[in-house]
Order: sequence, then structure tokens, then C-alpha cells
Amino acid sequence: MKKTKSNKAWFLVLPVFILVAFSAIVPLMTVVNYSIQDIFGATRYFVGVEWYREILNNSRLQDSLVRQFVFSGSVLLIEVPLGIAVALMMPKAGKWSVVTLLVLALPLLVPLNVVGTIWQIFGRADIGLFGWGLNALGMDYNYAANPMDAWFTVLLMDVWHWTSLIALLCYSGLRAIPDAYYQAASIDRASNWAVFRYIQLPKLKSVLLIGVLLRFMDSFMIYTEPFVLTGGGPGNSTTFLSQALTKMAVGQFDIGPAGAFSIIYFLIILLVSWLFYTAMTHGDSK
Amino acid sequence: MSLTLENVTQIVDGQYYINNANLTFESGSFNVLLGRTLSGKTSLMRLMAGLDKPTSGRVLVNGLDVSGVPVRKRNVSMVYQQFINYPSMTVFDNIASPLRLAKESEAVIKQKVIEISDMLQITPFLSRMPLELSGGQQQRTAMARALVKDADIILFDEPLVNLDYKLREELREEMRELFARRNTIAVYATTEANEALALGGTTTILHEGQIVQSGPTAETYHKPCNVIAATLFNEPPINMIPGRITKTEVTFDNTVHFPRTSELQSLQEGDYQFGIRPSHLSLLPKNDDDLEISVQVEVAEISGSETFLHVRNPHFEMVLHLSGVHNYTVDEKIKIYVPTHKLNVFHEDGNLIQACSRRVEDNYHG
Amino acid sequence: MAEIHLKSLAHSYNRHAEKPEYAIREMDHVWHDGGAFALLGPSGCGKSTLLNIISGLLKPSDGEVLFNGVKVNDILPQDRNIAQVFQFPVVYDTMSVFDNLAFPLRNMGAGDAKIQSKVSEIAEILELTEVLKKKAANLTADEKQKVSMGRGLVRDDVSAILFDEPLTVIDPQLKWKLRRKLKQIHQKFKTTMVYVTHDQLEASTFADKIALMYQGQVVQFGTPRELFEQPNHTFVGYFIGSPGMNFLEVKRCEQGVCLGEKIFPLNELEKQALQMIDSNNLKVGIRPEFVHVWDDPDDSAYRAEVEFVEDLGTYKIVSLRLGEHLIKARLQEDQKVPKEHAFISFPEQWLMLYIDEFLVAKDDHNEEN
Repeated sequence: MKKTKSNKAWFLVLPVFILVAFSAIVPLMTVVNYSIQDIFGATRYFVGVEWYREILNNSRLQDSLVRQFVFSGSVLLIEVPLGIAVALMMPKAGKWSVVTLLVLALPLLVPLNVVGTIWQIFGRADIGLFGWGLNALGMDYNYAANPMDAWFTVLLMDVWHWTSLIALLCYSGLRAIPDAYYQAASIDRASNWAVFRYIQLPKLKSVLLIGVLLRFMDSFMIYTEPFVLTGGGPGNSTTFLSQALTKMAVGQFDIGPAGAFSIIYFLIILLVSWLFYTAMTHGDSK
Repeated sequence: MSLTLENVTQIVDGQYYINNANLTFESGSFNVLLGRTLSGKTSLMRLMAGLDKPTSGRVLVNGLDVSGVPVRKRNVSMVYQQFINYPSMTVFDNIASPLRLAKESEAVIKQKVIEISDMLQITPFLSRMPLELSGGQQQRTAMARALVKDADIILFDEPLVNLDYKLREELREEMRELFARRNTIAVYATTEANEALALGGTTTILHEGQIVQSGPTAETYHKPCNVIAATLFNEPPINMIPGRITKTEVTFDNTVHFPRTSELQSLQEGDYQFGIRPSHLSLLPKNDDDLEISVQVEVAEISGSETFLHVRNPHFEMVLHLSGVHNYTVDEKIKIYVPTHKLNVFHEDGNLIQACSRRVEDNYHG
Repeated sequence: MAEIHLKSLAHSYNRHAEKPEYAIREMDHVWHDGGAFALLGPSGCGKSTLLNIISGLLKPSDGEVLFNGVKVNDILPQDRNIAQVFQFPVVYDTMSVFDNLAFPLRNMGAGDAKIQSKVSEIAEILELTEVLKKKAANLTADEKQKVSMGRGLVRDDVSAILFDEPLTVIDPQLKWKLRRKLKQIHQKFKTTMVYVTHDQLEASTFADKIALMYQGQVVQFGTPRELFEQPNHTFVGYFIGSPGMNFLEVKRCEQGVCLGEKIFPLNELEKQALQMIDSNNLKVGIRPEFVHVWDDPDDSAYRAEVEFVEDLGTYKIVSLRLGEHLIKARLQEDQKVPKEHAFISFPEQWLMLYIDEFLVAKDDHNEEN
């Protein structure tokens, strides 16, 4: 496609720049500022990369970083295939497609802390349907005491909450594929798998890219739901990065290390997102 | 009024979209831009409309530089390939919209809308919604909207390409009549040589961002300035044969020899490219200077009244555009006749040296 | 390969309504094995519906579709062994050209050696050998169309290839090449081909026989030449040919039919028909190609005023005014164009009589349909 060039465009983008400056760049610079100083009341010293060194060597934070990666990885591995599968199974037209769309959209409308509360009650072995049910089936399930159960519940909650997003994105992507492709495939006697592999998946690539990036970033920054559900426990087993950060910054007023932590956190998200982006768009131009 | 492009160049991301275009269109003229997809037709129109600014060069209206004047302040209309109408407005309101923007009184609007819709034969549909109409009617609505405001310049970007063949034929004719009576500069982009010929006016041939040739349509057709123009402005494309002229004779590819004819007398010895239109070739000798060539039939495309006969020999391929139905089997050996006075002679670098001569015959049905 | 028989075929989307509307009105056609057929008509005439019925994407409400005598109404598209080329090129973007062409063979479980030989054979014919390793997404539109055609050609068991306006997105210069390729492929493989288009030139150069459709009906089924020379309905006369046939409304008179003072002579069959049918919707039609234009008065010629001359390069179209009628005549490129007025005549052989829009045959032999 042809692009149009005009310098006037810059004026139109200017308000956005100012907005971004105030909403992102200025706070970010403040954090950078904190991260290289030791602040104690009104006194502050310049400490260079001291806080960064400390953060990187902090074993508790290392643990939550690993935990975070495992969590985000699991989320992507479960939600993306599941979302695609749901989208593939959704009715293509008629009133049932409207109904399924509505049902799918529902979890997305629930506020984060409510999601946590719902699952907190839902999973309780005494009064929660889910927890009680599992126990009734003979399983020894208690998310408040058993780290594995806590992990399982947090993951399940996230899957329940966010798979819809992937499904809806994929559904719109699938609808955009012209019928001729399916006709051609059936004439070529392509199996259902081949139709998926060579028609649907390639055409879903761009929406999947958005979906994967959104889910990665969101899950990597998850805070509210596990905080409400498990409070990070039992022990530290479900303490993810953002919760560790909050503890450090708000709980202990270690503003310097917290600043360094934030910057590292931010860079990790940026780096991984970039990796996803390049990996998924690689090969387009060949 | 006049519209002039002066040394206009447009470069986007290091790529020449338009390369040093010079053109002048007068009001009351119908101008066709002919070129392949991506040859720069749309880019050139956008520059004329003021939607884009040239990288260098000037766009002049009545001799005044309008390069910096925004589109809204120019009196320009545009009709696109897709049928673009406001979907939530009736056909009447669609057509009336430019007049309403110009704050015309309702009485004037009504009169003008009726006038233009009568001309385009869409008056019965004025109260309908555009999407309830057929493709042809939708495009007529878009055209009516462009025509109703008496624009100085109306740009058509392949407006008929999404319509049925017969409908195209009819709308082309209507357009020719419509513009004969208007004092507008009409610019019409197309990829089809036949459309350019049917619309008449002037034709500008574009190729890879460059203006190859520009002039009255018939003249551009009959005297193509180079190989590219000759190829683009003929359907099917003109046949090109490499050859050589020596002191006494002309050779095609070292195999076909014939003496220099009076038409070819003035040319210097050397290598040339010879262009012969498919419609000038025949299966029977017709003229005293006809050249006989043995060829093999590759395929015969036969319509009800015409035959496109594709032939080849080891050195070149040719297509003959014959009237009447001629049945041949594949690989059949036949003789074809090239009227040598109809040869267009091009320099090796592609530029025209001599156009084919036109002997008008007196008998009406030869 | 197969013979396609449309037996008492009709289609309605609301068959069981009180007044069903038929998108395809009843027809009975046999399309012989190995033929090239075109479904021609303006948009909305039902040609795409008919194509979908043949390919199996749509089940006809009435009648039968037979392939080689076997009823296929209930057989799914993939089991009909039919290949289809669509208006917009359909290729598997992520596969190479080779893999695209090999895809149908692999789906049938063909061996590597067979795939290799078949794909290279077809690629050679379609002139795709150079790009076999390229990713299909990076091809030009005409190459993509060749690939989608190739996927049909690699299979030995294809009964027919259907084309749904395949040249829509192709530049005119390349259209010529692709059209010729198509014709050559048909001659080489003798596969039954059905080609849907609104373009009479595409249809008539491609097909042995054209089904010209109008409002859900095949108005004429015949060779391009028959459609051109003996259009059996005024719509055929109008739709085939560029420009279409000239039609003049005429009245009954003692000697036959008359246009004002002018008398058009009729032959015996035409006179009989005129007597048998009591209608005043009478027209005579003549193709612009057959109108004779003279400089000097002639016994049979009428004087007409020259209104407009179009130079279309290879020929000229002259619009002539004869009373209140406008008649178009086609002149060869080098023919002299008369100024102001000319004398025109209509050779009897090419002057057709239409009663109630239908042709009255000039002889008994043309009753093929």
C-alpha cells in the first residue's frame, strides 16, 4: 500500500506525546531517580547501581521471578490453545453465536478483586462448591494450606477469567477468513487438521500476536486476584513479582530497592514482549 | 481553467512513485490515464487532488501554485473503484451532501439533484438507501455526488472496474456524453486500452511512475512513441519482432528477408525492433508489400465474430486479431501475412523511429 | 473427467413458500465430457448459483445433477472430484508453491515420486517452475491464480474444473497470457471446464459452448458463433457483441414488416411465423458488424445522418440516425468514414426478425435448442 507523508501529522500526534510524557515518561524517570539514591526522610544519597545489585542477588525475589515465569508460561500454554479451540467450536452464525459470545464475554466484565473473591469462596472446602466438590470426590484439596492446590486454583482462576479474551479475538479472526478458502480446502481434500494448520492458523497469526502479548503482559503483572485469593501464600508459594514489589515499596518503604526492582521488572516485560513479537512476525517478509 | 503539473516528483521511502511528471489539462477536457496496476495512476491523481504534496515540482491551477492549498479548499471531486456512498443516507441525501456542505438553499439542492439524477437515470431510486441498489446504480450515485457540485476537477479512479461488462460499456458512453457538455477537467484512470479508446479525449500513458506519452487519444494510439506505449495501448499487446535493416533488405531474426519498401527506405542500416499490431496481420495476402511468414498455430481463441490466433515460429511469437471465425488445430502449420507498411519501427532502446503508415481504403467493405 | 447433466434442474431459496421465487428456473442441459463451457450473464442472473449447485456447495431444490449419469445431489463437494478457481486467488500462504501444488496429492496419500513428477509437469505447463520454491504469499495475483488452477490439474481424478470469474484481479496485459494458457491447458488435458463470467469476450474465446443466463434462465445455449450470428432472444443480441445488436421496432405491413415507409423483406418461414403469432411486439435486429455503409445511394440503401464516430483503434463505430432510430455500424480501421450522411443497407441474411423478443428462425436447421 502507498503511504502518504505530511509534516502536519506531527501536530496531530503532539497531544498524545504530551499525554504519554505525563502518564509514563515522567513517573518512569521518577522511579529511575529513586532507584539510584538512598532516600531516608529528607536525606538522600547517590548510590549508583547498588540497589540493582542487591535486587538481583535477593533470593526471595529470584524465587518470585522464577515463579512468575512459570505462571505466565503456564497461562499462555493453557489459554492460547484453549482459546483457539473454543473459537473453533463456536457456532458461526445464528442466535447461538450471539448467546455464546455473551457467555464468553461475561468473565471479562467482572472486576479483578471480585474475581479473586469469587474464587476464594468458590474454592473453600467448607462452603465453596468447587472446594467442597473436590473434597467430596475424595481429593484432599485446600488452597490455603497446600502450595500445589494454591497454584492450581490461581491458574484455574486466570484461565477462567481470560481464556475468553483469546477465544473472542480468534473468533473474530476466523470470521474474517473468506469461505473460498474452506471450499478450496475441501476440494483439495484437506483434513480438518490441515485446514487448521494451513488456513486458519496462518490467518489467525495477527490476532494471536495481539492475544499472546496482552496475556503475557497482563499475567506477568498479575496482582489483585492472587492477592485476594491467597495473599501470596501459603508461605510465599503464590507471591508473584508485583506482590513482592508492593511488599517492598509499600510494606517496607524501601523506595530505592523498589525503584530498582520496578525498572528491572519493566525491562523484563519489554524484552520478553519484544522476543514474542519478533518470533511471531519472523518470516513474514521472506 | 487549467491544471498543470510541473516537474512533479513524488518519492516515498526512497521509491519513485512519480518521476518528473509534466502535464497540462484544460477545462472541458476528458483525460485518460492509462497504465498497469501500480504504475502511478492513483499517486498522480492524489497529487492533482491535493491529497498528497509532491516531493518536488509544482501543481498549478490557472498558473498559480496550489501545492500548499488543502483539498477542502480546492474544488475537486473523486470517484473510486469501490462504490463509496454514505450508507445511512438516502440516495437523494447522498447526492445532496456536497451541496449541503456548500450551504446551498434547499430549493437549489432539489433542482440540482433531480437534474443530475435524471442524467444518470437514478431518479426512481432517490428515496432508497445505497445498499438496496445494484452495483451499477451505487456507482451512478457516487458519480452523481461527484458531478453535482460543479467541481473544477473530477477524478475517476478506475470507477467501472467492479461493474459488469455491458454496464461498463453503457456507462462509458454516458460519461462521454456527460462531459461533452461540461466545463470541467475530467481525469480518468484505467488499466484497459479499450476503455481509453472508447472514452476518447486525451490519453496519458504511465509506466513505473513515468509519463511515457501524452496526447489526443487517437494520435497516441496510432503513433506510440516507444515500445512500452505500443504494448500498453493495444489489446492484445502489439507484436514485437527484433530485426535488422541492411543496405538492400530487412531481416527478422536472420530468418525472414524482404526488400526495403518505400516506407522503410529512409531508415539507416542497423538493428531495430519492429512492432506490428495483431489486427494488421492477415491470413491472406492483401497488399502488394505483404510479407509471408511460416508459423505454427499455438492456440486459437475464437469469439463469435473474431479470432485471436496465437502463433509462433522458432524465433518469435505473434498474435493475430482476425475478424470472422477461423478454426485451427494446435501445431498446424500456416502462413501469415505482414503488411510491411504497417510496421512500427522502434530503435533498439525502444523509442519510435517510424510509425506505421495509414492508407485509407476507398472501398467500404474490402 | 465427466459429463455433467443438469436434469430438470431448478433452484429456489424458498421452495415451500406460497409463491416460491426461483433463482434458477427449470433447465435441462447436457455438458459433454471434456468440453469447455461458459456461464455468461450480468450480475444477479443466477450464474454463480448454478456454479455452486454444480460444485456441490448448494443443493438444488428441484431436479438432479448427474456426473457421468450418477446423481450427485447429495454428494459433498470434496467427494465430487471437482476443482475450483475463485475470483480472488486462494493459495495456502505459508506453503511454498511446490507444496501448494503437492497438497491435493499428499491429501490423497500419493507417493513422493509421483508427487515430484506430477508437480514438475504441471509447473512446467503453467510456467511456475521458476517460483516453485517461493512462498505462495509472495506471488503476484496472476501467479497465484495459476497455482490455484494447478492444484486442480495435478489430480488425475478431477472430473471438472470450475472457474468463478478467475481473471477479475488480473491486469489486462496478463489477462491475455492467462486466457491463452487456460485455452491451451484445456486442449491438452481435455478436462471438462466450466467458466463463469460477465465478460462476453472471455466467455466466447474460452468456451466451446456458452450458456447465456438472464433472470435465472438460460436464454440461449450454443456456440459463440451461434450466439453472435443468431441470437434467439433480443437479450442475447444485446448482451453478446460490443456494441450489441441494433434493434428497430417495426410494424406489420402487406409485404412483411415496415419501418415507416421502408419495407424489410422476409422469407417464407418468417412470414409464416408472423401470421401465426398475433403480436405487435415486432423488432428487427442487425449486428453493427453487418450493417453496410455506402458513400453513394444504392437501391436497397437508406440515407442516414452520421451522428458520431468512435475510433477504437482496430475499428470504428459510427452512430447513424435513421429517422428516430440510432444505428451503430462497425467499420474497419482503414475504411473511409462517411461525412455528415451515409447510405446504409442491411443484408437480408443478417437481418433477424423478433416477435415478442424471440427470434424467428430463418431456416429449419437451427433448431438445436
